[in-house]
Amino acid sequence: MLDKIGIAKRLAKELKDGYYVNLGIGIPTLVANYVPKGMAVEFQSENGVLGMGPFPYEGEEDADIINAGKQTITTLPGASFFDSALSFSMIRGKHVDLTILGAMEVAENGDIANWKIPGKMVKGMGGAMDLVASAENIIVAMMHTNKEGESKLLKRCTLPLTGVGCIKKVVTNLAVLEITDRGFKLLERAPEVSIEAIKNATEGTLIVEGVIPEITV
Amino acid sequence: MIKKDVSSVQEALRDVKDHMVLMVGGFGLCGIPENAISELVRLNIKELTCISNNAGVDDFGLGLLLQNRQIKKMIASYVGENEEFERQMLSGELEVELIPQGTLAERCRAAQAGFPAFYTPAGYGTEVSEGKEVREFNGKMYVLEHAFQADFAFVKAWKGDAAGNLVFKGTARNFNPVMCGAARITVAEVEELVPLGSLDPNHIHIPGIFVQRIFQGEHYEKRIEQRTVRQKV
Repeated sequence: MLDKIGIAKRLAKELKDGYYVNLGIGIPTLVANYVPKGMAVEFQSENGVLGMGPFPYEGEEDADIINAGKQTITTLPGASFFDSALSFSMIRGKHVDLTILGAMEVAENGDIANWKIPGKMVKGMGGAMDLVASAENIIVAMMHTNKEGESKLLKRCTLPLTGVGCIKKVVTNLAVLEITDRGFKLLERAPEVSIEAIKNATEGTLIVEGVIPEITV
Repeated sequence: MIKKDVSSVQEALRDVKDHMVLMVGGFGLCGIPENAISELVRLNIKELTCISNNAGVDDFGLGLLLQNRQIKKMIASYVGENEEFERQMLSGELEVELIPQGTLAERCRAAQAGFPAFYTPAGYGTEVSEGKEVREFNGKMYVLEHAFQADFAFVKAWKGDAAGNLVFKGTARNFNPVMCGAARITVAEVEELVPLGSLDPNHIHIPGIFVQRIFQGEHYEKRIEQRTVRQKV
């Protein structure tokens, strides 16, 4: 099984040289810590910064430089600041190459729900709907099951949708899966996790073909 | 040059009234017009509709207006860090319209730019597009969204001059530029009101034409919501 760091490390393997990347709050933000040495990647944050750097050292925090999760950050040489409309021009106008975000539910038809649990949690969608409606390359990073042990990879989402038919790939603590027109295709399994365990944790259609390699990070 | 500097926040907000629709800049607590918010609390103006990306935290930012029951409707994209907000919303005391962040920015900018409406892909197929016109362009579906109509826009900038020109700093920029000129009256508060002529015209982010009143702000707390650091190796 992978922990959050393991998921982040595996996601970092999806980065390509020259990519502009948007990382959602939660597990996705950790991906910025594992960019392969020598690879040129720029992280965009929806609140108006491109070229996000690491967290600042103690005492060097700047209240005017934060990321989408409201955490203090620094910037790298070549970074830029801009307003929210321009930020979403980058996102909606398909200038961002890769989007990684979390989810509560992902369906086998590519639908995603990650912003609302009616009557219980209504925090809002933030930039998620813009991201999933526009990006071509979207990866979901999440735990395979929720706190109650229920599957988060479903035939159809039960929660209010963030986007329709938009997710291509999912990385969880148990597996890496691709969404195809036949369902969730298992690509890799986490260390020490059996195919059986993945089947039991996946409510949606799971396609297992050939030998499934272990995730290496 | 046309001068629009006023001497105080009281002067700047002199004609804000109950039931008005207000745009408020900021992302989280970053770049929020702290002085205007304090003045709104002091004036105890009620039944407000607030358009802002977030609702502050329980005891800072727009959270202060919520605590004081001054807001009847909130239009925002994310309200997760405010327990009082969630409570008022789930109980029905507060009317809430949650809209995609990019749409929020663009509905402000459309108002600034004179567009009545625009099509966006964000929210198509979700409850955001319910009841709205949708249209296909080049095989993809889009939702029709309308420009906001607001009475006042309260923005915060780093530097400004008496002509109303504004320069923003870091990620405190966010929604502030797109709200300038997007309401009937735009009020800008700045950390530093500099002499006319000292701002390089090449480096002005918002020209003064979009600002009706500007004042030198004071006592900025600039609270950090998530102080996050890394260890020195």
